[in-house]
Amino acid sequence: MSAEPRKRRLEVEEIGDVTVVNFVDRKILDEQNIQIIGEQLFELVDAEGKKKILLDFKNVDYLSSAALGKLITLNKKANTSGGKLVLCNIRPEIKEVFEITKLDKFFKIKEDEQVGLQAFA
Amino acid sequence: MSDFENSALEIIIQSDTAEARRVQDVLEQGLQNVKAPDKDVFCIRLALEEALVNAIKHGNQMEITKKVFIKYTLDADVFEIMISDEGPGFDPNDVPDPTDIENLERPCGRGLMLMRHYMTEVNYNSIGNSVRMKKVFKKA
Repeated sequence: MSAEPRKRRLEVEEIGDVTVVNFVDRKILDEQNIQIIGEQLFELVDAEGKKKILLDFKNVDYLSSAALGKLITLNKKANTSGGKLVLCNIRPEIKEVFEITKLDKFFKIKEDEQVGLQAFA
Repeated sequence: MSDFENSALEIIIQSDTAEARRVQDVLEQGLQNVKAPDKDVFCIRLALEEALVNAIKHGNQMEITKKVFIKYTLDADVFEIMISDEGPGFDPNDVPDPTDIENLERPCGRGLMLMRHYMTEVNYNSIGNSVRMKKVFKKA
């Protein structure tokens, strides 16, 4: 049951000048998947030069520390390239993971997509 | 041998995250069967993922031939699990606090913290290559 490396793990949509990213997976736990998700997220900044990225977590039920690591790296990449990363639609159980690790203070987290989009205005 | 070790079911896997996923599925099914509360299933799933990844990645260094030994007991009130690897072990007290300002941007080091938060008890053996975790269910 190996993961399919070619499969898109992200759904990417442009709303104005903001790149809105939805996760395909409900559980961002599996190491292999996290690796692929990380690569696909980093490509948005490194290869495609996206500057304003809104990550929508509405599909996400689970998130592990390895996934948090990828988000931290993505945030650094976005900041280094003069861009901005915002997270939104995080359900309470997942929000708790950010709070425990104090990453709720590190990331810009907004309630929903609409408020998230306004954060780039 | 303790009562736990006498009554525990055992699963032995190779250092392969796909096998860890299979273990997660077996245990999650067991938790559903005893009607463990959803919130507790969430907590256990997260803690298990962290502990299994630690054993495979940090303990066994992803060496496929090295084994991860899983022993668990499960009843209507409590879930207990021991996950052991073939690595040299580590001192959990040496893991830097990931919530310190200087560590906040480090992409690693949060797994243990999440395990401790989400489980009722988390204890390592003296050399640090075996973790035992307990979750007492919060019934409504």
